[in-house]
Amino acid sequence: MISIMNALIFIVAAPFIGGLVAGIDRKLTARMQGRVGPPILQPFADVGKLFEKKQIVVTPSQHVHTLSYLVFIVASGALFFAGGDLLLVIFAFTLAHLFLVLGAYSSYSPYSFIGAERELIQIIAYEPMIILAAVGMYLVTKSFFVWEIMASELPLILYLPGVFLGFLMVLTIKLRKSPFDLSTSHHAHQEIVKGVTTDFSGPMLGRVEIAHWYENVFLLGFIYLFFAWNPLIAIIAIIVVYLLEILIDNTFSRGTWQFTLKSSWIIAGMMGLVNLGVLYYLSAVVPA
Amino acid sequence: MTWLSKSPWILHYDASSCNGCDIEVLACLSPLYDVERFGIINTGNPKHADVLVITGGINEQNREVVRNLYDQMADPKVVVAVGICASSGGVFRECYNVVGGIDCIIPVDVYVPGCAARPESIIDGIVKALSILEEKKRGTHISQAPRQGAGGLR
Repeated sequence: MISIMNALIFIVAAPFIGGLVAGIDRKLTARMQGRVGPPILQPFADVGKLFEKKQIVVTPSQHVHTLSYLVFIVASGALFFAGGDLLLVIFAFTLAHLFLVLGAYSSYSPYSFIGAERELIQIIAYEPMIILAAVGMYLVTKSFFVWEIMASELPLILYLPGVFLGFLMVLTIKLRKSPFDLSTSHHAHQEIVKGVTTDFSGPMLGRVEIAHWYENVFLLGFIYLFFAWNPLIAIIAIIVVYLLEILIDNTFSRGTWQFTLKSSWIIAGMMGLVNLGVLYYLSAVVPA
Repeated sequence: MTWLSKSPWILHYDASSCNGCDIEVLACLSPLYDVERFGIINTGNPKHADVLVITGGINEQNREVVRNLYDQMADPKVVVAVGICASSGGVFRECYNVVGGIDCIIPVDVYVPGCAARPESIIDGIVKALSILEEKKRGTHISQAPRQGAGGLR
């Protein structure tokens, strides 16, 4: 059943959860590097500060694009948590990122341009795998609706291990973790200054940051779907996956865009497609 | 109390420093001093920065660059001149190509002494800068005009 209540809870609670996750992420990263690290609530202070700064507008269309990015991320996440159509969720999610790319292209900075190009390459890299994940869930549960996938008693992870591993791979891209943090990075100093966010400042950057929190909560919710038959295992899986992402982030240096595209298409695509092929074959051989 | 002083993002620029102060600035980010404890992040982007940390004096080639970086930062912002060269030109003051300290071009809020400045005094200077940042946000800060002496704006 589509639940408006869940969507409202997502809209209100997701920024807090997302900010908290970001804070824990930074603390753990610091500990892994032998540092004390910032307070857990540091991301909230950062965004609070961004809204206290004066707005520099490089070009007026930046406003529209960053706002659209936030709105469509929130819309896709709300639709997901309401139990809506997974395909619609993915399309809204992609559209949101296209607005981010447009926002970066609308300025005049060459760093922003390169960031926008790399963001497009990242979208090309992760998009097939996310659609494969939705298709895999459809093959098992016979539904694209999140609430029906949630309601099915089948342990999706046992049917879709390859799809899950492929999804983890593109999750690294989506969470902006090394080695795939091409277009912009949480860490200071990279070769293209700050990539897509170079020309966003003050409140506009705060908006992009909040959208990123929403996005992270949505992606962690997507992991939940694989384990939906048992909420306890699902929450443990989400925690383990996120810790793994932090470890990967701190272990690898940034790769090239060719590496990102090749690895995500070859490895993730192979695992996903082979997984789906086996599922299709089994469903043909073994009648349900 | 505003959020500003809890999350100061720094832009570090090497004017014509000998690199001594720069090494000490970067030492602040190392696990020993770890300024990220205080929410301080070293950004490479003036549009994201709140505190401009400059080492070394102004010369004829970088005066436009320093001006440009300062102008690109969003208000409220503060400038910390790290080391004696950034404060007054130091031993390079008499050089034919050196204009003087950072305050010849842009208003400086905090001067950190030393050659090279120690990480402790750099952190101390930035903490002082944060209270000025707060004052600027509240509008109680009395700003200084750039100093015109010492072979200033030619």
